[in-house]
Amino acid sequence: MSTDVKAAERRLGLWLCAPAAIFMILVAGWPILYSIWLSFNRYDLRFPQDQQWVGLENYQTVLTNEFWWTAFGVTVLITVVSVAIELVLGMGLAIVMHRTLVGRGLIRTVVLIPYGIVTVVAAFGWFYAWTPGTGWLAALLPDGSAPLTQQWPAILIIIGAEVWKTTPFMALLLLAGLALVPDELSRAAAMDGAGRWKRFVSITLPLMRPAIAVALLFRTLDAFRIYDNIYILTNGAQNTGSVSIITYTNLVSGLNLGIGSTMSVLIFITVAIIAFIFVTVFKTGTPGTEGRR
Amino acid sequence: MTRNRIQWGVLDFVVVAFALIPVLWLVSLSLKTPATIADGGFIPTEWTFDNYVNVFTDGGFLRPLVNSIGIAGLATLIAIVLGTFAAYAIARLNFPGRSIMLGAALLVAMFPQVSLVTPLFNIERALGLFNTWPGLILPYVTFALPLTIYTMSTFFREIPWELEKAAKMDGASSFQAFRKVIVPLATPGVVTAAVLAFIQSWNDFLFAISLTSTERSRTAPAAISYFTGSSQFEDPTGSVSAAAVIVTIPIVIFVLIFQRRIVSGLTAGAVKG
Repeated sequence: MSTDVKAAERRLGLWLCAPAAIFMILVAGWPILYSIWLSFNRYDLRFPQDQQWVGLENYQTVLTNEFWWTAFGVTVLITVVSVAIELVLGMGLAIVMHRTLVGRGLIRTVVLIPYGIVTVVAAFGWFYAWTPGTGWLAALLPDGSAPLTQQWPAILIIIGAEVWKTTPFMALLLLAGLALVPDELSRAAAMDGAGRWKRFVSITLPLMRPAIAVALLFRTLDAFRIYDNIYILTNGAQNTGSVSIITYTNLVSGLNLGIGSTMSVLIFITVAIIAFIFVTVFKTGTPGTEGRR
Repeated sequence: MTRNRIQWGVLDFVVVAFALIPVLWLVSLSLKTPATIADGGFIPTEWTFDNYVNVFTDGGFLRPLVNSIGIAGLATLIAIVLGTFAAYAIARLNFPGRSIMLGAALLVAMFPQVSLVTPLFNIERALGLFNTWPGLILPYVTFALPLTIYTMSTFFREIPWELEKAAKMDGASSFQAFRKVIVPLATPGVVTAAVLAFIQSWNDFLFAISLTSTERSRTAPAAISYFTGSSQFEDPTGSVSAAAVIVTIPIVIFVLIFQRRIVSGLTAGAVKG
């Protein structure tokens, strides 16, 4: 009888997973294969009759193009800086949420608002805040400055908008990690005369390692695909475009599917490399890495 | 102790200000009159609700809003039904391919969406799905699935096995046991996953602007980014702010009602998964 039950269970399991699996294969798997195939073709919708297999030509075009590398550099910069700031701010926020005595429920509710708000909406908030004349933040700057029309100030504003929007997510993941740290350990260390900072660095952080690793991985991959904030704030002007922005521009404004696909594949490969690095680095273990960040 | 309380109170205040100021700024902008909209002040000097009326009358914001509600709602519904099946199987059943399924879900969750834009754009144009509701629902379901599978399988694991066994002992089939015993117990998890999936679909911008071209299926976030004001001489700031506040309202309501569940869902799905 037990083999029958097992076989039935196996069948049910496969049947229950099938619809979700089909969706993921059809909407994520198939297009990515199609995208890889497209990336080896010259395929411009303005000249559809010219579609032709060109091998690695598109890759050569993209990888020798300075716009691609500028966008790549901007994306990496925004990713690294914003995730680093988010880790520090998010940790602070997590500690406040974990330890606060006054209005804990209120704090947790309010913190979720930036997480839930539509990114485009938040980006408009920042756009108007930094627009000379209209904005309350622009009003704080010296007369005649228009930060969104200059590369570096605009990148800082993009990072600020990204940090505001996603720090709550980071904080929630870290809060879950904090909850796993037993209070007794910290108290015992306090008894032995360890100060607050010492306890944080030598007890809390090492125990939170898995949570920090997951939070960093999720946020890094997410930050790398930054799109909405940049689209609203500068639309990639003055070399502030991310790889997602220039891919979209090539596709929708340029209607160049070959080049667009090549960029898509390159972004996909980069994301896979980032994920691989995270998994290997955090598995092989480098004690103290989290503390130095 | 008092000093401690004050310290935490100050910190709490900083946190609340950090989270709310950008939102209040948009609310403030949306309530300013055209004459005062460019005064740069944080608090409106002249108050008006005209911007809210205008986005619906001249701005044509109603259709995108209906599109957004319909598309995000349907995508959430489908993702929840399919995600519930898969999460139940992953949490409860022993079958080959369980870890493949979890791996695939993780892979999709980490997927750079922009990598799908180019192929989907072309595939949907070929299939006639471009600029239709299903054209957006399909990718939204796909990207909501990993979230729902992870969140719900964590919830399902915490439901006591014995209840299901007892139901089977009483003569229920596996499917009946699932439907009549597990589903009611799992409802909180399902609601959590639904709220998270809805927020995610409601938020999307990249697919919304790449896979739509007209009012027929353009969602609210995409429509806001195309606002130009009712005439070419008019500044769209007031309308954009009003529309922005309108799309934010459902999220604020969800957050107020489901705060605890959103927190547990996000942390369970991400950390334990």
